[in-house]
Amino acid sequence: MMKKIFAQAYLWVLLILLYAPIIIIAVFSFTEAKVLGNWTGFSTALYHNLFTGGVSNSLIRALENTIVIGLLAAFFSTFLGAVSAVGIYNLHGRKKRAVTFVNDIPMLNPDIITGISLFVLFVALGITQGYVTVLLAHISFCTPYVVLSVMPRLRQMNPNVYEAALDLGATPSQALRKVIFPQIRPGMVSGFILAFTLSLDDFAVTLFTKGNGGLDTLSTYIYADARKGGLTPELRPLMTIIFLTVLILLIVVNVRTSRAAGERK
Amino acid sequence: MKIKRSTWALPYAVFLLLFVLLPLVMIAVYAFQDRLTGEFSLVNFAKFFTTEEDLHTFVYSIEMALVNTLICFVLGYPAAWILSNSKLNRSSITVILFILPMWINMLIRTMATVALFDFIHAPLGEGALIFGLVYNFLPFMIYPIYNVLKKMDMSYIAAAEDLGATPVQVFTKVTLPLSAPGITSGVMMVFMPTISTFAIAELLTLNKIKLFGTTIQENINNGMWNYGAALALIMLIIIAVTMVATDDDATREEERGGLI
Repeated sequence: MMKKIFAQAYLWVLLILLYAPIIIIAVFSFTEAKVLGNWTGFSTALYHNLFTGGVSNSLIRALENTIVIGLLAAFFSTFLGAVSAVGIYNLHGRKKRAVTFVNDIPMLNPDIITGISLFVLFVALGITQGYVTVLLAHISFCTPYVVLSVMPRLRQMNPNVYEAALDLGATPSQALRKVIFPQIRPGMVSGFILAFTLSLDDFAVTLFTKGNGGLDTLSTYIYADARKGGLTPELRPLMTIIFLTVLILLIVVNVRTSRAAGERK
Repeated sequence: MKIKRSTWALPYAVFLLLFVLLPLVMIAVYAFQDRLTGEFSLVNFAKFFTTEEDLHTFVYSIEMALVNTLICFVLGYPAAWILSNSKLNRSSITVILFILPMWINMLIRTMATVALFDFIHAPLGEGALIFGLVYNFLPFMIYPIYNVLKKMDMSYIAAAEDLGATPVQVFTKVTLPLSAPGITSGVMMVFMPTISTFAIAELLTLNKIKLFGTTIQENINNGMWNYGAALALIMLIIIAVTMVATDDDATREEERGGLI
């Protein structure tokens, strides 16, 4: 019993340390003071300012970019990842090892290497960097995770249904869409959510591929803002909102996975 | 025409070639190119080994990465062990709370650390940097170790106890060796990224202390692409060496699968 109390205490001390910074930000998002740490009474003014105030234009645009890029990257990488997972699952021997190996690279590479490698690629090819290059970059580091989250579903599937569908007259793309995709859908949904969060989370890759056209996502906006010295007070409510969003998404994914695990039993 | 199932991997193979392999090759091409003449040359590497500041940053980054990895391990291993032990922890909420920070934007986490230091009126500098690094990377150490411990066959422990091992012996002779794959993943996920972070160091030390990632980023930003690429290549080589040294494909794949 003592052991359990001690163990739980250890966990919670660590958790409090881990969460102290974000809790402080959340608490001080409900006061107007410019300087963090000054409590000037409860107020939701910062939340109002966030959406209507002076900073709102550039900040909201960065937020829009983040979400739109996140959704597009998640959509494309889910599609690409699901189709490819079907292919990779059915590859054999050296080919399978080769594709799996390269598929692993973006997950193991530090962000800065992924970012710089894509940067030099775009520079060398003379491609102007902006929205499209950021999107391509995001798809390239999100897709491997989609492939990984779809794979376990393929393992549970009867391998012959694809051929059966073809024999019954389905075109290959029909067989994919109408036979395979419905069976791997849970993996695709988890992959989509994962890709979306990864894209939202990204900073380094975006920074190197966004070019000089003034395109900003939230993380590059925060970086630029922080470099100018200090943190715009309106970022406090924004961080709080993002934190809650991620918390909810993560719980949804976890509930889904544990429910899927339950089904398997 | 019938398309074989395996053919569906083809578009992605081309995509990977274009957006994963080719970019890495381009880093190598730029790294071995003289910025002025455009010819093949080792001048960028020579520059690295003769620029004292950059060499110093490199060594310092490795030291910091070691310190960070060690602290994360010392704090994280007990946490992972408790989380995985059904007698000590039943709630899955605590597990979610520990992995949640992995999904929060690194910059938000770092600015939150800056806010915390402002709040308690502590100065920014090396101490803040170490706190920020541990704060950012601790979940990445805990999660893989937790995953391995969770899947561990508890009958080994029971067997060791039955055969008369003391709790300490059970831990050092059974639990710890069996969790080695998780430790390896955790170390990989903390050590390498620490060397390559740039924003964390910049923001937590008011740009007084540089990590190797900062050096690379500054060079790329200032148009020194060839030198930046050479530095990136040096980092890539270290990653490759570490990976080969700790190679354990099967377990690692399971780990990452578990990350989802």
